[in-house]
Amino acid sequence: MKKSLLTLLALFTVISLQAQETGSVLIKNATVVTITNGELENTDVLIRDGKITRIGENLSAPRGVETIDATGKYLSPGIIDAHSHLNTVSTNESRNPVTAEVTMEESVNPNDIAIYRAIAGGTTSIHLMHGSANVIGGQGETLKLRYGASQDGMRMANAPRTIKFALGENPTRVHGQGSGIHPRTRMSVEQVIREHFDMAIDYKRNREEYLTAKTTYDRRKRGVPPVPVAQNLRLEVLSDIIDGEILVHCHSYRADEILMLMRVFNDYGVKNYTFQHANEAFKVAPELAKNGAHTSIFADWWAYKFEVYYSTAYNATILNENGVINSINSDSDELIRHLNHETGKTIRYGQTSVEDALKMITINPAIQLGIEDRVGSIEEGKDGDVVIWSGHPISIYSKVEQTYIDGKKYFDLNEDPADMRISVNPGQDYETASFSSEILAGRHVDACMEDTFILFEGTNHSHE
Amino acid sequence: MSRGRIMKSIIKYILVVLLVAGFGQANAQITEKPGFGKYAITGATIHTVTNGTIENGVVLIEGKYITLVGNNARVPADFTKIEADGKHVYPGFMDSGSQLGLVEINAVPVTVDSREVGNFNPNVVAFTAFNPHSVAIPVTRVSGVTHVMTAPSSGRISGQGSIMNLWGYSPDSMAIDARAGMVVSWPSSMKRGSFDRRSDKEIKEEFEEQVKELDDMLDKARFYNSMMEAYEDDPNGKEQPDKNIYLESMRETVRGETPVVISVTRDKDILEAIKWATDEKNEDLNVIFYNVQEGWRVADEIAEAGIPCLVKALYLPLRPYDHIHRPYENAGALHKAGVKVAIISGEIENVRNLSFEAGYAAAYGLGVEEALKAVTINPAQIFGIDDMVGSIEEGKMANLFISDGDPFEPVTQIEQVFISGYMIPMVSRHTQLYEEFLDRDSVE
Repeated sequence: MKKSLLTLLALFTVISLQAQETGSVLIKNATVVTITNGELENTDVLIRDGKITRIGENLSAPRGVETIDATGKYLSPGIIDAHSHLNTVSTNESRNPVTAEVTMEESVNPNDIAIYRAIAGGTTSIHLMHGSANVIGGQGETLKLRYGASQDGMRMANAPRTIKFALGENPTRVHGQGSGIHPRTRMSVEQVIREHFDMAIDYKRNREEYLTAKTTYDRRKRGVPPVPVAQNLRLEVLSDIIDGEILVHCHSYRADEILMLMRVFNDYGVKNYTFQHANEAFKVAPELAKNGAHTSIFADWWAYKFEVYYSTAYNATILNENGVINSINSDSDELIRHLNHETGKTIRYGQTSVEDALKMITINPAIQLGIEDRVGSIEEGKDGDVVIWSGHPISIYSKVEQTYIDGKKYFDLNEDPADMRISVNPGQDYETASFSSEILAGRHVDACMEDTFILFEGTNHSHE
Repeated sequence: MSRGRIMKSIIKYILVVLLVAGFGQANAQITEKPGFGKYAITGATIHTVTNGTIENGVVLIEGKYITLVGNNARVPADFTKIEADGKHVYPGFMDSGSQLGLVEINAVPVTVDSREVGNFNPNVVAFTAFNPHSVAIPVTRVSGVTHVMTAPSSGRISGQGSIMNLWGYSPDSMAIDARAGMVVSWPSSMKRGSFDRRSDKEIKEEFEEQVKELDDMLDKARFYNSMMEAYEDDPNGKEQPDKNIYLESMRETVRGETPVVISVTRDKDILEAIKWATDEKNEDLNVIFYNVQEGWRVADEIAEAGIPCLVKALYLPLRPYDHIHRPYENAGALHKAGVKVAIISGEIENVRNLSFEAGYAAAYGLGVEEALKAVTINPAQIFGIDDMVGSIEEGKMANLFISDGDPFEPVTQIEQVFISGYMIPMVSRHTQLYEEFLDRDSVE
């Protein structure tokens, strides 16, 4: 028993250490789906020390670099999911409509088996988000799915800061319905944002005035000491949003609330934001395009709640045709395993081109997370986050054969053991499933609303 | 009345008529009428499912039925020709596990008619609450799913599922089999998860109690059935038994005429359910398994028991240590063991994803040909309606579609759907919103 524990610990340590490393590999003769430069047949891609260093024909491997023959196979950049709660330890801090100060930083479980399942589906990066209980929720984390790394090892270094906003039913239910406080309506959602933005602007001015006065007083030691303006983490984060230092990702469904937020952001000068879910974004596609707003949507989820009833699976195509940068996300541990096929649905519904469909799970989400100079396409100088597919990535019959992050292999279909857990929950016996989902009940769980169900006793938890 | 006032009232009348007509149109299930009559589909590759593939074939549809399938057939002059050179014709897909038409918006309880209160509701029938005007129906059928088994889901005996065509203005005109299966949720003898604080003994006792309740219900129904049969055969000299709505609704089930659709998920539970289903006392029942997410673990035992299975492909492995592809491989593993398999979506508004569920099953062990059967002829055979639907054969109901390629591939366009001979307008709320908003500001 002790020995096996030690072995497990040793294994864990080894994987943790490896996770910090980068790798080198030469992948030969693949059809390279570059995303930004078309499909290149019979092309080699060299990754050295975690970076793509050369793309071309007849490349030879430098000393010590392994060569993979990918003849007849496809090579694509790793899939990026702009909306995930894949390995959160907790998702919602739901007791106040504005909790900008909380972050997902400490909520990362790097050993969650869900990560392994996602990389087995070709996903290499996720945007780990706070939930949608609050109008202004917590700050997100952009992760690379380095399965088994430390919490810090999972984070994508230098990725821009992000924050989650939420409009509509979720915040109005949690606060207005669940707790009897603002907001109960979409009218008040707007006011909560404006009120807090105003508070943040005033705070910043007052705080700066105080700090300046304090410096002066400390130097001169004359007159009356200034009344302190205490540091307020929440208002500082809000102030950073207004100053353009944080990318906003906003949970939203209806066209009216999407327009509302754009008006608010225009009034406060906030740019660079993405509407998440955005089922009705297609109705205001010209306004989105005009404001340079982005969207990150489901391929086909609709009608599970009232605010997504007037939806269409042609949403992605309409947005794309109107010039809106759109991505297809999962918000689900199940869908994240086959985002290639989810984005393929944009071809069935509206005949989006294969090229544009693939952008929606690679370079477009990268743009929305501000990491497009690092990932999202196969280009020299970019990170070695790549996937080898048995066939064209859009086909339902294609399988992920290998997944690389920073040039290091994290998944291999042919070497895939039956049990890939890194850690074992000692409180759970081997026979017991962690959770058995019901098909008959059949509905997808809204991961965004995790941890909030305590507010709605007597409702069907899996159907919100 | 002055001339002007007459004119005014006429205009008003016309406006009212237009308004009413307009509303009628906006609220109808679709905004166009389907075609019906005589159709000849020519030049296509016909995937008959039961009789191989016919290149450059002809399918004749007269009224509700397919009247000819072949090649080099002469098309009679009075048939409307649908030239489908280079296209493919498939039997309409059947989803044998959904809640379509019973639920409009899951998070709005007043629109949810799938979960009756109480543990034993054998008398409730999906057919009753099936809303032919649900917005999700046109969204579904334009994807090539032409008929579904839609079923209630709460309690131990949930009620009866109904097989419905996805074209029509009333449940009566849409039902293929209103009482297609008695849905039973199998009690679990396993821990529900790490949060389950019950001891092994408590779990066992609770499970046995629940099975006993189910057995008692069936025993009562058997007794009731024999009592009623005795009276119906010869009422003379007998007191007429009082009617019991619950037991009455189970008569066809205990006689084996209506299958028992048992929803069961995990391996041990499946084994318990097999033991129960193959027990001598239940040999009169016609059992179908539903869900069986861990069917792959006990595939041989299911095959041995001869129980057909209705399964999904796209779900998460139940246990953290399960291999990542097991859910995808489940259907294939069951088939290889000799189980008759049908693929389901388990969906409400996204039953259209059935083709992708089948595609995954095809890619991971089931193969394309078998996956196609699993959404056409297999469910028809499992529910005993294969004389009506499930393949492209003369005499069968004209449930079929024309596509430009493999329907399991996301890139493929489903171009024309026929249901019960009706040529379905290829519109739904989703296509209508697309048409309206693709180029929103192009108003002339």
